Amino acid sequence: MLKHFMGLQWKSFFRSATFKTEIWFKILMALGALYFIVVFLGMGVGAFFLIKEMEIGDPLRVVNQFMIYYLAFDLVFRYMLQKMPVTNIKPLLYLPISKSKVVNFSLGKTIISFFNIAHAFFFIPFSIVLLTQDYPPLQVIGWHLALMALIYCNNFINVMVNNQNVVFYVIAVLFIVAGASQYYQWFDITVYTQPIFDFFYDIPWTAIIPWVILIGLYYGAFAYFKKHMYLDGGLAKKQTEAKTENLEWLDRFGNLGTFLKNDIKLIKRNKRSRSAVIAGAFFIFYGLLFFTGALEVYDGPFWKIFAGIFVTGGFLFSFGQYVPSWDSSYYPLMMSQNIKYREYLSSKWYLVIIATVISTILATFYIYFGWEAYAAVLVGAIYNIGINSYLVLWGGAYVKTPIDLTSNKKAFGDKQAFNAKTLLLTLPKLALPIGIYAIGHFLINPMAGYIFVAVFGLLGFVFKNKVFTMIEGIYKKEKYKTLLAYKQK
Amino acid sequence: MITAYNLTKTYGENTVLNIEHLEIPKGQSFGLVGNNGAGKTTLFSLLLDLIQPSSGHIINKEVQVDQSEDWKPFTSAFIDETFLIGYLTPEEYFYFIGELRGRNKADVDALLSNFEDFFHGEILGQKKYLRDLSKGNQKKVGIVASFIGNPEVVILDEPFANLDPTTQIRLKGIIKDLAAKEGVTVLVSSHDLIHVTEVCERIVVLNKGEIVKDIHTSAETMKELEAFFAG
Repeated sequence: MLKHFMGLQWKSFFRSATFKTEIWFKILMALGALYFIVVFLGMGVGAFFLIKEMEIGDPLRVVNQFMIYYLAFDLVFRYMLQKMPVTNIKPLLYLPISKSKVVNFSLGKTIISFFNIAHAFFFIPFSIVLLTQDYPPLQVIGWHLALMALIYCNNFINVMVNNQNVVFYVIAVLFIVAGASQYYQWFDITVYTQPIFDFFYDIPWTAIIPWVILIGLYYGAFAYFKKHMYLDGGLAKKQTEAKTENLEWLDRFGNLGTFLKNDIKLIKRNKRSRSAVIAGAFFIFYGLLFFTGALEVYDGPFWKIFAGIFVTGGFLFSFGQYVPSWDSSYYPLMMSQNIKYREYLSSKWYLVIIATVISTILATFYIYFGWEAYAAVLVGAIYNIGINSYLVLWGGAYVKTPIDLTSNKKAFGDKQAFNAKTLLLTLPKLALPIGIYAIGHFLINPMAGYIFVAVFGLLGFVFKNKVFTMIEGIYKKEKYKTLLAYKQK
Repeated sequence: MITAYNLTKTYGENTVLNIEHLEIPKGQSFGLVGNNGAGKTTLFSLLLDLIQPSSGHIINKEVQVDQSEDWKPFTSAFIDETFLIGYLTPEEYFYFIGELRGRNKADVDALLSNFEDFFHGEILGQKKYLRDLSKGNQKKVGIVASFIGNPEVVILDEPFANLDPTTQIRLKGIIKDLAAKEGVTVLVSSHDLIHVTEVCERIVVLNKGEIVKDIHTSAETMKELEAFFAG
């Protein structure tokens, strides 16, 4: 039986419609995975010595102190990215296979997920380092096994709470509040959680407790899925009660308003687009890494421009990048309706511009870090509006992978995120402004660098009509290919 | 109204459509029948400029469809569910199409009121998004949306499939009225010979991409078609 399941998995992977065309993406995925492995490995080996050097206490205890954040972050990360095992169960339902087997296989599959394996690259080397540093083996092993169980507990918790946004947001908010209050020293959650993790080390046999919890969670997940394996149960598409919204205040923008209304609904009502926008909003805080001097590597002058572009361009990168794929599921409608390409494109353009302006206003708090920080943000915004807004639309013409709006998984863990042409187009989005700044910075002074970038952005703004005609031409040329590609889900 | 000249579509070696000349006058109800793979949807997709012809072209009211977008204001269609926007409610979808076609809410509401019995109380005010409606109800929404904005050409691919008998009968009435009373050119494809012979003044049979029969519907049409398809 297992053989059959494995065979199906294998075929679904290699025979997927986009497998051959997206080989680029697979390579990138592999590189991404490799990157994480290296990071985890580096952390695993280096963490001990790093903490020791910082002299903030026994490295193991320090790791234990922050372990709660590690686990919480893992859970949030999983929630956003880990794929659920229930897909493709439908065709198996009426076949002579017992439900328990199907559920066991689906759950078992999650065990070998990268989201679990990756942690091994941290914990195994870290434990080995502990052993070489003469920590008592029995205690280290107990601690190691306990944490392994906890990672897997996260796995099954995620399986169970998946698609329950409320739970997710509650956890995420608690996590952020705890982190913030620790930073400002109001309340330190780790005081209460550290003893738990220390406990597994001090009394190694207690490692059995997380294992018991893990087994409990597995059976919980098992029972949950088995009970809900009906088309009108767990396998049913979740229906939300629909509310008709008019958004009449947008009517004054004429045809443009029609599209904007639609885009707002698109963002509000679909999981995938919602998470893209939320991810974009987080970019506003990305600049903190640069301007607070938190990370030394980011101290160079060019990084300020880099930060400025990202702070104001979060929406542009997370949402704008995938125009027109957001409309992929009804692209034939858009192409045969009474719509001019130009109107369609300008509505997307305005959406990006509006979001950029809002981000710029929200980012006003960077003034706190000095005029130069806010100047970088402003200049970044001007460049985003003047140049990058065109570049994302241009790149969009080549993005031919349909987006499944209703699914949040694969948000960037899947082929939709990359292709060679869009990757090439990210260069002018980021490298060009840094280059322009560098010219001004070195030839005259930092101020001139900012002015150069801003002038460049304004120039782009002036040539809007010309650029739009060009982009419109590309979209028209690519139209039939795009339609064909969107058909192949 | 619509004329196709030397229209072909080939994929590799495979010619899926080859129409030397086809003319559809204004106000005609035009039926397209043929087995799977006969080229019905290909022809409709060419009419909507969703695919490019390999040779030849189509003129829709003096506009060459693969050259200019000016046919869009007076042409509407429902081909399949890719013509629906899943995350809108039916009302929002109708208003959206209405706005694109220069119709305000009141105009759309007035049009929709004519279709109340067609909707059978399952479409409007249901608090459901289009993606959560049943296939048949989705189809009803798509078909009615294609009537918004007084189009001169309406293209419906397999409009009868997936519909319940009551709705099929109502739809037949609607299509007949459109052509007869309002002078709308209606293009319909179907696998169901009875439906097309009832609805359409003219029936064209496609077989492997070529027109093999072009019949003005009469009492004998049904027999003629059955004889052809029985082979």
